[in-house]
Amino acid sequence: MEFIIISLIKAALVAFVLLTLAAYLVWIERKVLAHIQLRIGPYRVGPHGLLQPLSDLIKLVTKEGVIPSQVNKFYYLLAPFLAVALALISISVVPFGAQIELFGYKTYLELANVNIGILVILAVSAMSVYGVALGGWASNNKYSLLGGLRSSAQMISYELPMSLALVSPLLIANTLSLREIAEMQSGFYLGFIPKWFIFNAQAPQIFAFVIFMIAAFAETNRIPFDLPEAENELVAGFHTEYSSTCFAAFFTAEYVNMVTISALATHLYLGGWNPALPEPVASVVPILLFAGAGLLLFFHGMQTLATRTWDKYTFPVFGVVAFGLAGVFSLKYLTFLPAPLLAIGGALHPVFWFAAKVGAILFLYIWVRGTLPRFRFDQLMRFTWTFLFPVAIVQLLATGLIVALGN
Amino acid sequence: MDAFLFFLFAAIAVACGINLVVQTHPISSALSLIGVMGALAVLYLLLGAEFMAAAQMIVYAGAIMVLFVFVIMLLNAGAETRKSRATFAKLLGVPALIGFLMTVSFLIQALLPRTEPVKFGAFTGGTAQAIGKKLFTEYLLPFEVTSVLILIAILGAVVLARKEI
Amino acid sequence: MPQTVPLSWYLILSAILFGLGVAGFIFRRNIITVFMSIELMLNAVNLSFIAFSYQLRQVDGHIFSFFVMVVAAAEAAVGLAIILTVFKNRATLAIDEVNSLKN
Repeated sequence: MEFIIISLIKAALVAFVLLTLAAYLVWIERKVLAHIQLRIGPYRVGPHGLLQPLSDLIKLVTKEGVIPSQVNKFYYLLAPFLAVALALISISVVPFGAQIELFGYKTYLELANVNIGILVILAVSAMSVYGVALGGWASNNKYSLLGGLRSSAQMISYELPMSLALVSPLLIANTLSLREIAEMQSGFYLGFIPKWFIFNAQAPQIFAFVIFMIAAFAETNRIPFDLPEAENELVAGFHTEYSSTCFAAFFTAEYVNMVTISALATHLYLGGWNPALPEPVASVVPILLFAGAGLLLFFHGMQTLATRTWDKYTFPVFGVVAFGLAGVFSLKYLTFLPAPLLAIGGALHPVFWFAAKVGAILFLYIWVRGTLPRFRFDQLMRFTWTFLFPVAIVQLLATGLIVALGN
Repeated sequence: MDAFLFFLFAAIAVACGINLVVQTHPISSALSLIGVMGALAVLYLLLGAEFMAAAQMIVYAGAIMVLFVFVIMLLNAGAETRKSRATFAKLLGVPALIGFLMTVSFLIQALLPRTEPVKFGAFTGGTAQAIGKKLFTEYLLPFEVTSVLILIAILGAVVLARKEI
Repeated sequence: MPQTVPLSWYLILSAILFGLGVAGFIFRRNIITVFMSIELMLNAVNLSFIAFSYQLRQVDGHIFSFFVMVVAAAEAAVGLAIILTVFKNRATLAIDEVNSLKN
């Protein structure tokens, strides 16, 4: 019973955080893209456009959901459901922090501690192609069909280098559980180089990481591999005929998939929740970061431009929030506090490092989107089969050889 | 709980299997087959075959069936045209199938009267480590032969799919 | 409702799925559906392999179904290439129209 209640609380928390994150990822993406292109980006709804995701959500939900008359209705509605359900399932096996003890309960910061976690993620992400392919087919539209065809060909092709790149850290870790993999990467070489698999002394996984990231871009249908929805060739690809909530489902699925795959890359190559710096410094980093952000916000709030009158009120509020976060992260130094608060303060530090790494990879996604043009379809296929796949095999063989000789 | 899960997923598997045979459009059949595979993966988990359950989803449902769906979409295959079947098949097909299945079920029950009840967690030997160890020691030769087979299959597929034929 | 089911029920399920596969193989005319019926039969066989593996507490059954899976993958690649070629040459997917050896 206890187990079920705790699981329900965790599931609700994870779903809430994940969906909010997916919504705000859109805002962050638009802002970052805008600044890359010397624009301002969303600015009207709320301070600095912060309420934009909310208004987008209201717009998408209240719009009329048009179902075209020539479509196969069952599959047409099944496709977005499949896409979003599978995207949400795969996050459930990803741990996002170390063990926590609260009010006498010991619990892991993850939904399900599965000993074949990576296989589960691979299985679910292998299934997620059906959402796109089926949506493209059921729309009964040639552009959608082309989008669906492209996505299934692309997903099959890029799954191979991705799996091969993912196997080599598993060879070092000798386990399939994401938790054990993350725990294995704690500690430092020479006192300052973290023992992440990307810096592994025996077989550094830098090539595997790069291959994995390239394949991950293709698996999540992101630029430069967003051929299934290439808007200047295929209108909007597989979701041309979708509107309203169904479109929102595809949209959410794409962003949730990005978060999942970034979390997977973080666990496999970037050390999970282990800090990037040795201990006395590592605990101070989040405190200093948030305190610095708060100071900066207060400073800017004091001397605002004449055109941005709202900043006078909003920036100090954000500053207070940042100081509050800094306070939360310094909880573990205030030893006079009751034990549960201390435990929360201690448990938040791993979560901070994990979130920071995932955020860095997500930023990379957006950065690449602002930088690279789209591939042509034949280039896409040639790239994976004649370059990425052989390189992945060679690096897997090299890692295997090193691990075998090392034992 | 074990029995409930078995009945639930066995029912899904059989329903999807029937749907595969009955549906006229290949896409519907393909999706039913994916449903069968998913249900079977859960049953594999109940039988303690965790690696095989994952492999079933990754290889079968995630790769082979995507290939099927891809080909169906590529050829834009429509629904099968109905053609009058032989009277023999029309009249006797379904009863014969049911009779055959009942005979087989009876034979299985009669030949294996005291099989043990399946309890989840009673057999934990299906881990990736156990399978890997067997595969690369005892079954090394079949494993290598399969790799050659796959190479031949790749070559065959490439030759067959050339433009000139 | 019983708490557990005997292992033989898994075998019966496997037999039912195999029978459905045979029925699809015989009654369907679309070459892709026929092919998928074969896959259904292979799946049914895999289930019984894994059930036997549970009974004997050995992992060998898993290895067998692993090989079945690999062979099915190879078969799907070649088979679908053949289907593509047939469709290119005859513009049909009905198996009883592909009968030029008969006459």
